[in-house]
Amino acid sequence: MEIYLPIADLPVNVFLVLAMGLAVGFISGMFGIGGGFLMTPLLIFIGVSPAVAVATVSSHIAASSMSGALSYWRRRALDLALALMLLAGGIVGTIAGVWLFTLLRTVGQLDITIGVSYVLLLGSVGTMMVVDGVRAMLRERRGKPGQPRHPGSHTWIHGLPLKIRFKQSRIYVSAIPVVAIGFTMGFVGAIMGIGGGFLLVPMLIYLLRVPTNVVIGTSMVLTLITMASATILHAATNHLVDAVLALILMVGGVIGAQFGARSGQKMRSERLRLLLGVLVLAVGLRFAFDLVIKPDDLFSVRPLEGVE
Amino acid sequence: MKRAALLAMLLVAAAPAAAERLIASLSSPRVQITSIFNGVELVLFGTIEPEADTAPRKGAYDIVATVTGPRQTEVTRRKARVFGIWVNVESRTFVEVPSYLAVLATRPFDAIADEDTLRRQQIGLAHVLLPQQIGEDIADVVVDDQFRQAFLRLKEERRLYSESTDAITFLTPALFRGSIDIPAEAQIGTYDVDVKLFADGAMIAHTNSTFEIAKVGFERFIAGSAADHGLLYGIATAAMALMTGWFASVVFRRD
Repeated sequence: MEIYLPIADLPVNVFLVLAMGLAVGFISGMFGIGGGFLMTPLLIFIGVSPAVAVATVSSHIAASSMSGALSYWRRRALDLALALMLLAGGIVGTIAGVWLFTLLRTVGQLDITIGVSYVLLLGSVGTMMVVDGVRAMLRERRGKPGQPRHPGSHTWIHGLPLKIRFKQSRIYVSAIPVVAIGFTMGFVGAIMGIGGGFLLVPMLIYLLRVPTNVVIGTSMVLTLITMASATILHAATNHLVDAVLALILMVGGVIGAQFGARSGQKMRSERLRLLLGVLVLAVGLRFAFDLVIKPDDLFSVRPLEGVE
Repeated sequence: MKRAALLAMLLVAAAPAAAERLIASLSSPRVQITSIFNGVELVLFGTIEPEADTAPRKGAYDIVATVTGPRQTEVTRRKARVFGIWVNVESRTFVEVPSYLAVLATRPFDAIADEDTLRRQQIGLAHVLLPQQIGEDIADVVVDDQFRQAFLRLKEERRLYSESTDAITFLTPALFRGSIDIPAEAQIGTYDVDVKLFADGAMIAHTNSTFEIAKVGFERFIAGSAADHGLLYGIATAAMALMTGWFASVVFRRD
């Protein structure tokens, strides 16, 4: 069944888009990431212009993270205080990121910056998570108890001043790294046009040692707030949010996110981290291939940006 | 003898002025984009009316119709390998070029008129003007320019540019019919249809027609709201997202 999208200006197959929403929603609910880094390329692949894709994906992510966050909220598996502090850093980071984005665009090196930073970030974060996940599983197989959380695992981060206790996360850390993590996420997200959840999740797990299940719920609240605001901002400034496309994606996304969140909570956290690592690494490799392999067509045609 | 030759020349020169009248029309002046829109085919039809006092021509008539969509500026980029990775290294800006362009004809262009005439009348994709921004200047380039060729090829792949030398057929010696293929991707706006009548290698008459592609009903409402009430539209979309999310978590609630 084909339906014509009023803003994207092209017809799409409703069931295909619904299935895409479902699949990305599942991953999003399972790992607490927005899934923009998966959905945006998918939409571009079916012919939606990049600008409309980025703007519309934000509303899809808002919907699936709302659905996921509510289910974590019922299980008390999220830390609102931590989310708000990360958000404060995130806002400043986004402003800085948008500034650099504009600067790079005027220099004309935006494409390559985005491409290379995708590969470097996804590749390094993914490798780190996979290595750690495999190590944890090997340890488990040898019969040794899982041991990531004990007092000895404190790092220099825990020695910083301005300490705050986050009850839900059962951590007592300085506000500085929390705000810094929020800043990094906002900064990178603004440059690369993604929510940054896939960065936030490993940073909270490895740097702040927040329990995995709380990390996912917290990351969802944060994603929900940023993506709902992004939807409004995109609609108000660029007029490129396609509500029809958004609705189809959302319906698939929220259902997927429900099942994803349920499977995620059933799974052991080492395995969950390993799976997320594999996913992040796979996407990183795909971007690397795009950069290294000779493209089918060396030429591309796009309407000049900013001209409707 | 000399006078007769002069007279013949004058007659030939005067002939294109009012020998034939060309009338063309479209099956529909308005293409409506609804939620089930998936491209459309418009029919162009027309007739050639010889003036009462002229003798019928010996040679056959030929029709060339050029359909031009709303103009926009587009950028064509070329990738090359730099330090092992493929990046856009060069780009050309095509200024105010048609977003849609279809050239329909009754026969291959070179059978209709000579190269010089085709170029002057901008008949066919090879002769259409595609001005590029070159430094401060705006000018078209040679036909085999790689950016121009890539631009045409990519547009043709998306069915936005097309060239068909058998799309127009004569039903009777004076009555012709052609079909214009509009892909779903075509932009909204006004489309010009320029119909030219050729005989004996020269253009002897031409006429213009237009049609419009517009969104109607629900599509128009959504597109209009997004453009005119961006903030409200954004808030509504965000609220829709939150509602959908909340609704799913209630429906799927197990505990």
